[in-house]
Amino acid sequence: MGALGLGGGLWTLGRALANPQPGRIERPGAIITLWLDGGPSQLETFDPHPGKAIAHGTRAIATAAPGIELAAGFEALAEQMAHVSLVRSLVSKEGDHERATAYLKSGYGPNPALAYPSLGSIVCAELPEVGVEIPRHVSILPSAWPARGGFLGPGLDAFVTGDPAAPLPDLRSPVGPERSAARREDLAFVEAQFAAGREAEVDATGHREVVAKAEAMMGSVQLAAFDIHEEPEAVRERYGDTPFGRGCLAARRLVEAGVRSVEVSLGGWDTHANNHELVAGLVGALDPAFAALIADLRERELLASTVVLCGGEFGRTPRLNRLEGRDHWPQAFSWAIAGGGLRGGQVIGSSDPEGGREVVDPRTIADLHATALVALGIDPETELVTPDGRPVKLSEGAPITELMA
Amino acid sequence: MSDAPASSLRRPWVKDALFVGLCVVGLAGLVVGFALPSDAGARGQDTRARLGAAPSQRGELAAVAAEVDAALAADHRALGLEPSVRAPTLLVARRLSLALTGTIPSLEEVRALELLRDDEGLDEGEVLARWTRYLLTDRRHAEYFAERFARAFVGVEQGPLIAYRRRRFVAWLADTLADGWPWDVVVTSLLTSSGLWTQHPAANFVTAALVPETQAPDEEVLAGRVSRALLGVRLDCAQCHDHPFDERWSQTDFQGLAAFFGRSELSLRGVQDTRGVYVYDDHERQAPTELEPGVPFAPELLPAREQVPSDRARLAAWITHPDNPAFARATVNRVWALMFGRGLVEPVDDLPIDASVPPALERLAKDFIEHDYDLRRLIAIIAASETFARASYGPTGGADEAELDARTSSWAQFPLTRLRPEQVVGALLQAAKLETLDHESHVLVRFVRDQEQLAFVERYGDAGAAELEASLGGGTIPQRLLLLNGELVHERTRDNLVANAATRIAALTRLDDDDARAVEVAYLAVLTRRPSAAEAAHFEAKLAGLAGEPRRQALADLYWVLLNTTEFAWNH
Repeated sequence: MGALGLGGGLWTLGRALANPQPGRIERPGAIITLWLDGGPSQLETFDPHPGKAIAHGTRAIATAAPGIELAAGFEALAEQMAHVSLVRSLVSKEGDHERATAYLKSGYGPNPALAYPSLGSIVCAELPEVGVEIPRHVSILPSAWPARGGFLGPGLDAFVTGDPAAPLPDLRSPVGPERSAARREDLAFVEAQFAAGREAEVDATGHREVVAKAEAMMGSVQLAAFDIHEEPEAVRERYGDTPFGRGCLAARRLVEAGVRSVEVSLGGWDTHANNHELVAGLVGALDPAFAALIADLRERELLASTVVLCGGEFGRTPRLNRLEGRDHWPQAFSWAIAGGGLRGGQVIGSSDPEGGREVVDPRTIADLHATALVALGIDPETELVTPDGRPVKLSEGAPITELMA
Repeated sequence: MSDAPASSLRRPWVKDALFVGLCVVGLAGLVVGFALPSDAGARGQDTRARLGAAPSQRGELAAVAAEVDAALAADHRALGLEPSVRAPTLLVARRLSLALTGTIPSLEEVRALELLRDDEGLDEGEVLARWTRYLLTDRRHAEYFAERFARAFVGVEQGPLIAYRRRRFVAWLADTLADGWPWDVVVTSLLTSSGLWTQHPAANFVTAALVPETQAPDEEVLAGRVSRALLGVRLDCAQCHDHPFDERWSQTDFQGLAAFFGRSELSLRGVQDTRGVYVYDDHERQAPTELEPGVPFAPELLPAREQVPSDRARLAAWITHPDNPAFARATVNRVWALMFGRGLVEPVDDLPIDASVPPALERLAKDFIEHDYDLRRLIAIIAASETFARASYGPTGGADEAELDARTSSWAQFPLTRLRPEQVVGALLQAAKLETLDHESHVLVRFVRDQEQLAFVERYGDAGAAELEASLGGGTIPQRLLLLNGELVHERTRDNLVANAATRIAALTRLDDDDARAVEVAYLAVLTRRPSAAEAAHFEAKLAGLAGEPRRQALADLYWVLLNTTEFAWNH
């Protein structure tokens, strides 16, 4: 294949040359989701209400986007707000972590009879797959429920990995290169013995294909995309010396290498007690990483083809509880969206400054998914067929037209 | 700090020394067990004794199996498909072992099976019938099937710790399987048990769904489990609204089932039926709605409250009523799926409740009801069928995708299915041993095996509660990397005299003219077959002239190769 071994900025060219499918426009495109696991407080992040009772003392800061404020602590992201938009009127019915996570990641309410694919796996399935030897779908520092392929199959489950400070496991053969090569030859020999007389059966298993992919990955120069130690010290510092910061830096490197979807998780947002103190610590990791990611993608001219989403499974109650925590609040919460040619510096909807359940211009996560898909040139109305033959749209949401350039 | 023994135990080195001592004793036990052939011999004789004990009395089972075969043959004949030939006996034995115990036959067991045929002159059907009986009476089977059924009954989560003990529930299920309880009795127990979950393990079925805030079970979760696991219908799709694509079920059908658990709650005396009438949130009316228990079909089989006062007992009586075939059909389809890797009807828990049930399933369900829901009998019938023994390749060898699909879905040939995670690790650990890893194994061996199994499945990814749903594709790249380069495979193939068959084969076959034997033993231990002539020649040439370390490495390489084949990773 012509695209084999192409790295860096050449990957799009490799795809364009190698993909013979007629009628399909070759294009770059990727999605990065910063998953704030546990349900971040909107009031201490993207939707502060300074001076109101529900702020409970949380202050706000001005940003590069006139009229848009972020909670104090987001000084780095504030500088990037001309490129980032906020949706402050997300509404959901799911107040349980697992159910809400399933909903927010797929855009569909949890259904015991059907596992809906995550947005990231849909992007992987819909954008062409050429020339990438490492997994197209990656989840860094995953929570208990990393992005799954659902009914699209486990082949689209995210490849799960930890803090990029450590090398990926199981990628090196425990025996030397000579023995390793001899083993592979012998394996091909025994495979051929078994396949004789049942070529179609063995093909249908996909086993040899996965072995080949695993081996391609083991030998791929693209694996370097996982290795953040190749980055200059100054870049690493910009993202912050935290697992999440390193994850965001790895996400940028992976997108550069042609990976379609990266999820980076930051856990700890389930602040039923000591909300302000805990969130301040988390924002300390989120702010530099998120800001550096946007700036870095922009400097490398990748932001226009990469959608960046940031948020968690629900928001938190406007009123503090007795333990100075905030509880689950799916009635009104916020997500940030950037890149993909979408407009930055916009705010969609607003929540009640007094802490009520009513929001202005309510949106659902499906609307945000549809927006991201349109930005990547994918029609959200496209129908997938479930294993039992039902048609299901990529997203049932309505794209947010105010964000379209 | 006053008394001496307590304070000495606080010193870390004392604990370390005790631990090391324990390890030394344990290791000594292992090495002695390994070094003394009399012990291994005694164990092998035990396997042979259990296999050889008595004729299998398979005549009547074979008759029912033949009817099942005939019903399925009608399907593939109608499509003009010729059924595949019979697979070799050892391969069928391997399928049975994977299906019933989640592992593969040990070398010791393979030898015992061959002796039945060669020394006692038994025919193939009798050898396999005895093998089935041997597996069904093995504790490994009880535990393996208990875990499979537990996934449908209570899921995989550890659940609310205050009132739920999953391990206890699984151990109880395993005991019922080992003691051969009729399956309707088992199901009645779990539906109706009250009291403390620690004293009445079956009550964990209810407490698994406990909502800690209300101290009562989530009735909808229980209704979902009852409908899928016991009735084989997905009523829970109608949980919130009438199903948009499936008009068979309404929201009331589902909520009526949930209402049977509406009176259950948790008290100091455990699960009791002391609450009032069931109330649910009607998603369409947007209002709390009271509902009396009701069944989704065959209401005439539900005993009146005057006859049976307890709601849960009424539900159990209705589910296990001999005239209500849904329970038997659901159980048959699940057992079939456990044995073949896919159900007669897919998905495994979404069966029709009318006459459109496949005749083969109906025949097995009828037999299951007529013979007191005897699970072992059901398994033995399926095991005795020609369908189970068919080869996993077609007669022409050149099928296209469509033909292959037609052949496997009409059961003209055995479908290739990917081993589930616990089967992969079970087979892997067994392949690295020459003797059977079972309840007779040394306690330390079993402990190490259990720990390794857990660690491997955690990395490999557990298939979860929906493990019987058709899995697509050849697995994931991380799973394959784990087998290509992972620690467990490396540890189980490398040079290690105590743990690994590869090393032991090298030690036992030191002479040059033993090369053929070494290759044969590796093939039998990993793939439960002998090498083809080409394979034997290929690998014997690699071993020729090697001794010591290079020879052990060559055998480790052979093991690695066999463990990474399609043939190992897919049930065939």
